[in-house]
Amino acid sequence: MKNTIAKHIEKVAPSGIREFFDLVLGMPDVISLGVGEPDFIAPWRARERAITALEEGFTSYTSNKGLFVLRQSIANFLEKKHALSYNPDTEILITVGVSEGLDLALRAILEPRDKVIVISPYFVAYPALTEIIGGRVLYLPTREEEGFKIDVKKLQALMSQQPKAIILNNPSNPTGTAYTRGELQRIWNVIKRKETIVISDEVYEELMYEGRHTCFASLDKKAQERTILLNGFSKAYAMTGFRIGYACAHEQIIAAMTKVHSFSMMCASVISQVAANEALKAQKEVVQMRLDYKRRRDFMVRELKRLGFSLDRPQGAFYCFASIKNFKINSMDFAKRLLFEEKVAVVPGRAFGKEYDSYIRISYATSLDELKQAVIAIEKFLKKLQ
Amino acid sequence: MDEILEILEANARISLEDLEKLTGKSKKELEKSIAQYEKKGVIIKYKTMINKAKIKNENGIIALIEVRVSPQKDVGFDLVAERIYKFPEVKTCYLISGTYDLLLIVEGKNMHTVAGFVSEKLSPLSTVKGTVTHFMLKKYKEDGIILTQGEKNKRLAITY
Repeated sequence: MKNTIAKHIEKVAPSGIREFFDLVLGMPDVISLGVGEPDFIAPWRARERAITALEEGFTSYTSNKGLFVLRQSIANFLEKKHALSYNPDTEILITVGVSEGLDLALRAILEPRDKVIVISPYFVAYPALTEIIGGRVLYLPTREEEGFKIDVKKLQALMSQQPKAIILNNPSNPTGTAYTRGELQRIWNVIKRKETIVISDEVYEELMYEGRHTCFASLDKKAQERTILLNGFSKAYAMTGFRIGYACAHEQIIAAMTKVHSFSMMCASVISQVAANEALKAQKEVVQMRLDYKRRRDFMVRELKRLGFSLDRPQGAFYCFASIKNFKINSMDFAKRLLFEEKVAVVPGRAFGKEYDSYIRISYATSLDELKQAVIAIEKFLKKLQ
Repeated sequence: MDEILEILEANARISLEDLEKLTGKSKKELEKSIAQYEKKGVIIKYKTMINKAKIKNENGIIALIEVRVSPQKDVGFDLVAERIYKFPEVKTCYLISGTYDLLLIVEGKNMHTVAGFVSEKLSPLSTVKGTVTHFMLKKYKEDGIILTQGEKNKRLAITY
């Protein structure tokens, strides 16, 4: 198969991480703190609507942009929640998860070798997709001491390289960091002097435990014009397998994204779109899930600190990005040994950027009982390390 | 509802240590609030929910009994209800709107004991105008908990 696979595809994906994932997936009875999706099942009303959609004969394509009724519901939702106005006809596109939205956004705006700022530690798809499309990644590393938040001075320095886009993830996977309105405003003040587009992945928006989430596009009219807002139903409504996301942006950007989407995907699954529209009515369930996550976060942060990890209390998402510096071991060895010796799975920090080899990502999207078992196992493991 | 009550309602056996970690309140504060709830009768008792269908040799039958009664002057249904809910066979008693007045949940060893209760104790009461007895065949869900095989999330053990 020599020379078969394109070089720029071959070089994508961090070494070692995939193998570690395969190890975890091949091992039975693992207590997993390594999962990037909710442990809840989608609200029944959304599932029930999917069942009736099938009974009613919803089995065909929808318009490329997605069902109008869903786009309309999303427009209403954004208007009500963030006082943001998007035209459901021209400024909203239904995508196959936020992942496809991200792919489309990058394809729509990047020329070969265009630069994209990625904040590290990052969600793995950001640099990978940028490179697959032919863009260049400009990494902006953040540090634990800064709460893993963007240092505006560093951002300013990178902006001089005329990046085409910057990808923000608020709240963030893997750190759980969430930005206040003031912090986002300071970031925007730096970006707005150039032509850079902000790709704002806000899929964890509903999972905020301190303060209110600020939608980047809601900062001001100009910010809305320059932002591609990406969001979806996976995390807030525990609907990862339904694969429904949406993109909101200036009509020219949405038209370009729709062009790509219409050739590669045609449309998102109609059953999932119908179910997603119903899910928007399940706000009570969203609130209940958030409350549950918050309690587990508080539990996990206290326990991890007690065990000697250094970490700040994450404000959103369902991850703790904990430092293992105190234990004098790199993240891959830590994760592998923890898996083999105590059957607990975590994700090595290295997966989210090479500078983060002394961190692990712990997901608390799992039952309190499992978290407790995991804490006991980790405690046992740490004793062996010392 | 207070967070403490919500957590206890789902799991009455949770330890004070865990409750402390979940709520961020100190053990002292928690103990104080719980004692107050107990005193005020907000927390009535701590009970274990048992799925009796899973216990071998566990006989017993549950009946739902609709009762039509005549209310009494000044006290309405309360006195009639009291006369009925005091029978130890009656586990639950609700006043209901509609075609009948009281709904009872009665537990007995077998159909005969429940039938005996209805014919010998309940029906002879002068205020009882009529009864309809339904025997329970299977419990699917109780107090918001699904008793048959539960749902499980089928997610992968590790993902980004």
